[in-house]
Amino acid sequence: MAEQKTVTFIITRQDGPDSAPYEETFHIPYRPNMNVISALMEIQKNPVNANGEKTSAVQWDMNCLEEVCGACSMVINGTARQSCAALVDQLDQPVRLAPMDTFPVVRDLIIDRERMFDALKQIKGWVPIDGTHDLGPGPRMPEKKRQWAYELSKCMTCGVCLEACPNVNDKSTFIGPAAISQARLFNSHPTGEMNKSERLEGLMEEGGVLGCGNAQNCVEVCPKGIPLTTSIASMNRATLVQSFKNFFGSDNAH
Amino acid sequence: MEHREYFNRRLHSLLGVVPIGLFVVQHLIINHFVVYGEESFNKAANFMASLPFVTALEIFVIYLPILFHAILGVYIAFNVPTYNNKSYGYFRNWMYTLQRITGIITLVFIAWHVYQTKVQVALGNVELDYNLMADILNQPFFFWFYIVSVIAIVFHLANGLWSFCVHWGIAQSPRAQQIVTYITVGVFFVVSYIGIRTIIEFTMGA
Repeated sequence: MAEQKTVTFIITRQDGPDSAPYEETFHIPYRPNMNVISALMEIQKNPVNANGEKTSAVQWDMNCLEEVCGACSMVINGTARQSCAALVDQLDQPVRLAPMDTFPVVRDLIIDRERMFDALKQIKGWVPIDGTHDLGPGPRMPEKKRQWAYELSKCMTCGVCLEACPNVNDKSTFIGPAAISQARLFNSHPTGEMNKSERLEGLMEEGGVLGCGNAQNCVEVCPKGIPLTTSIASMNRATLVQSFKNFFGSDNAH
Repeated sequence: MEHREYFNRRLHSLLGVVPIGLFVVQHLIINHFVVYGEESFNKAANFMASLPFVTALEIFVIYLPILFHAILGVYIAFNVPTYNNKSYGYFRNWMYTLQRITGIITLVFIAWHVYQTKVQVALGNVELDYNLMADILNQPFFFWFYIVSVIAIVFHLANGLWSFCVHWGIAQSPRAQQIVTYITVGVFFVVSYIGIRTIIEFTMGA
C-alpha cells in the first residue's frame, strides 16, 4: 500500500476553564477536499498525537456546517474564522488551530460567547411586540430598505469580529462591533424604530459605541461581509443626536 | 454622572481637535517665523507671550485640555488593547497601533519640552528667545528628538482628525472615510513640513 499522505495540525489545547493552555501536534490522514472539521473528526476517531501517544480527543463546537450558525469559529493560522468553511487544501501547513481566546475558553477549542449575548441585552437587540392584545399589523417596510437591512441581519453572533478587535478583551467592557450593528438593524426596522432611544441609551452605557478604537479589523474579517464600521459610525452619529436631545431637551427624545 | 465613560470619550475626542489640535498648528506656524529670520521669530514669540490674559489662556486652552487628553489617553493605550497587528495587518489596524505609540511619544516630548523651555524660563535660567531654541536644536540628540517628536505629534493629530470624523458620525460610509483618509494624509504632510522646516532653520545659524 502506498504511503498515506498526512496533514499536520498544531492545536492549542486547554483541559478546563482554569487550566494552562498547551500545544499538541497531530498527523492526520489526508483526504481531498477535507475541511478543518473533518480533520478534527479524524482526531476524534483516533486520538493519537504526533509522538504516537494516546491522548484525549480535541473538543470543539459545531452545528450547521455551512457557515450560518457561527458555532465552529476558531483561530486558524492566526486568523479567526469558521472551521467548517476552512478547506485544508487552501491553508498553509502545518495548520495551527487555537480557541478565540478573547472569550473565556471552556475546553480546547470551545469558548463561551456569553458576553455577546449580554451585549445584545444591553442594546435591546430585539423588536418588542408582546402585549395583552393583538396590536394589528405594524408599519410596512419599503422593499429597498428590507434588502439593505437583510445584509445587517446576516450576523450570526459568531464572535470573529470581537476576536479580531484589539479593544475587546477581558480587561475591557467594550461590547464589540456585532451588537452595535444589531442596534442599527433594529433601529431601522419600522416597528423597532419605536424603541430607538432605548437602544441608543444602551450604546451610551459603559462599554458602548465609543469603546471602538477604529482599528476596523471587524469589517475585514466578518464572514458575512456586514458593513460593521459603517454601522459603528452610524451609531456614533445617532448617539450624538440622542445626547443632544437628552441634554437640550426635545419632544422627540422619547 | 450618567454615561460617564461615554461623556469622557466624547470629551477626549473633542479636546484633541479643539483646542489641542488648533493649538499645535498655531504653535508650529508661530515657530515658522524663524524662517524669516531671528528678529521675526523673537517678535512673534514675544507677541504670543504678551497676549492679554496669557496665563488663563494657557491654563484653559493648553494645560487642562492636554492633561485630560493625556491621562485618558494613557489609560486607552495601556489598559485596553491587545495589539494584534501581526495577525491582522490591515492599514487601519496599523493606524490604530501607531496612534497609541505616537500618543505616548507626544506625552514624553511635551513633558520634556515644557521642562526645557517653559520651566527654565520661569526659573529665570534662560531667556525666551531665538537663542534658547537654537542652543537646544544644535545638539544632535535634541535635533533628532525634536524631529521624531514633531512627526509623531503631527501623525497623532492628522490620524486623530480622521478618528474624530468617525467618532462624531461625520464620515460614515466607507467612501467618506476613505476621502477623509486622503485629506488627513495631506494634513500630515503639510503640517509636518512646517514643523520640520522650522527645526532645520534653527540649526542653520543666524
